[in-house]
Amino acid sequence: MAVKLLLENAHVEGIRYYDAYRKHGGYRAVEKALKMTPEEIVEEVKKSGLRGRGGAGFPTGMKWSFLAKPEGVPRHLVCNADESEPGTFKDRYLMEFLPHLLIEGLIVSSFALGSNTTYIYIRGEYDWITDILEQAIAEAKNNGWLGKNILGTGFDCEIYVHRGAGAYICGEETALIESLEGKRGNPRMKPPFPAIQGVWMRPTVVNNVETLAAVVPIINLGAEAYAKIGIGKSTGTKLMSACGNINKPGVYEIDMTISVEEFIFSDEYCGGIPKGKKLKACISGGSSVPILPANLLLKTAKGESRLMNYESLSDGGFVTGTMMGSGGFIVFDEDQCVVRHTMTLARFYNHESCGQCSPCREGTGWMYKILKNLEYGKGKMSDIDLLWDIQRKIDGTTICPLGDAAAWPVAAAIRHFRDEFEWHVLNPEESQRRNYGLAHYADPIHIPVSA
Amino acid sequence: MIKFSEEQLSKVTEIIARYPDGKQKSALIPVLHMAQNEFGGWLDAPVMDYVAELLSIKPIEVYEVASFYSMFNLKPVGKYLFEVCRTGPCMLNGSDEIIQYIKDKLGINEGETTADGLFTLKPAECLGACGYAPMMQLGKNYKEFLTKEKVDKIIDELRAAAKN
Repeated sequence: MAVKLLLENAHVEGIRYYDAYRKHGGYRAVEKALKMTPEEIVEEVKKSGLRGRGGAGFPTGMKWSFLAKPEGVPRHLVCNADESEPGTFKDRYLMEFLPHLLIEGLIVSSFALGSNTTYIYIRGEYDWITDILEQAIAEAKNNGWLGKNILGTGFDCEIYVHRGAGAYICGEETALIESLEGKRGNPRMKPPFPAIQGVWMRPTVVNNVETLAAVVPIINLGAEAYAKIGIGKSTGTKLMSACGNINKPGVYEIDMTISVEEFIFSDEYCGGIPKGKKLKACISGGSSVPILPANLLLKTAKGESRLMNYESLSDGGFVTGTMMGSGGFIVFDEDQCVVRHTMTLARFYNHESCGQCSPCREGTGWMYKILKNLEYGKGKMSDIDLLWDIQRKIDGTTICPLGDAAAWPVAAAIRHFRDEFEWHVLNPEESQRRNYGLAHYADPIHIPVSA
Repeated sequence: MIKFSEEQLSKVTEIIARYPDGKQKSALIPVLHMAQNEFGGWLDAPVMDYVAELLSIKPIEVYEVASFYSMFNLKPVGKYLFEVCRTGPCMLNGSDEIIQYIKDKLGINEGETTADGLFTLKPAECLGACGYAPMMQLGKNYKEFLTKEKVDKIIDELRAAAKN
């Protein structure tokens, strides 16, 4: 049985409420952390090797250490609960079933960063979760974990939930900050980084829900013990939200030593593919990371078994690898159409582009239009190269990473599934009746023997 | 008359107090949610002007925000809004068929409202329920693992509820 640091008590009756959470060891991390100095906590988080769980994987302790501390200027911690990356629903699970775990992580982190007013920016659609969090906050406050002079330490802290209103872009930290200020979610130019000038021009740290929850086991176990779980620079555990064509969709906590094959096929996790169908492809870390065909997914180009961690998933770069991303794990069975799926993603990014940068605003629209033609049997061979050209001109040319996020799925789909796109062009009528199928995407790859 | 109740006004005051002094504009999105709920499910210009007045900001500051976020409706919608997700993971699990089924059953296209004013169909992009697909947002909650039978049941129940 795998190590569980976050979801261990997820199925305990009543764990959503304070009494059960406290009874099962809740708020011990606050008791422990408030006896430490803020600097010691930041040091622990650094030593733990915790990396941002929202998608970028940036070391959390390092991000914290960038926070400016000018005299007399309030600082803020903002929890990014704007979970909107297609395939990702892990933060929702955590907030819905273990709201106090997040609150506990927020109190410890707020103390470490000196944030007396902390915000949870939650996507607007998670309306019922807003109620769950607000209730948990009220319970925590009634029991003395929030408010003035917490545990007699002189530390004051309030947490407020701020609901967004439907905009993927607000998951980008500077767009989130703009939105928290009551504006459109247009990302800001960096620098200045939020750590220097964030919300209301005050120093701000924005961290993902899962990242902040992970601070609780780091404090409880100690950084050293936490860092021993996992492998290499993938320390601790990661929440994966598994979806698509699998028998057991849902949220799983993994220690990052298991193989991709085990994750998909073992009964402890996804439980294989329904109706005994074959695996065609997978997007392993949310819709923006490169899609991989089955053969490259299960084994790296070097022929090694691919593991569920940051390093192994990205082995081979974007040529033969992908990314851990947000942990949104989307599985495709042999009947699925990569062209159609890529079209839905292009539509998604086109819909979600804030419109500030022309490569993204115009490019996502063109990609969607071309992909729609290809999917509906109206595409030309030259469209495939045109798509490639457009994605290349978006990648890296925009203020925020939404442009990259829109470009990568298109690039990877063409890179690995070009013959499926060509089949759509060559068989415009047949492609409206059936899908290309598994083709050769699960065949063993030829590994050149080095001289 | 566009006006919040006393209770709602005190809620607005409470929301404004969550942000630093002079940063009451931060309350805009939460207050727009309240306004949309209260004043007919969409944001008409006079409603947005009222919100601007409440927060002491210019009406344009409200319009530009209301037009940016997909949850704010700038046109009237039916009593029940079906926001059916159609992004990749839901597509893999049959959201296209569910959307088509709703269209056929209600005789409306995407973005349209039934003649009785009860139902609006609004295809949505990823709502974070990928493992429970296909799904739709209905008011405050999600309806997940949708099938044609489940859609029938939801529509029947809402029709019955609307009559009472």
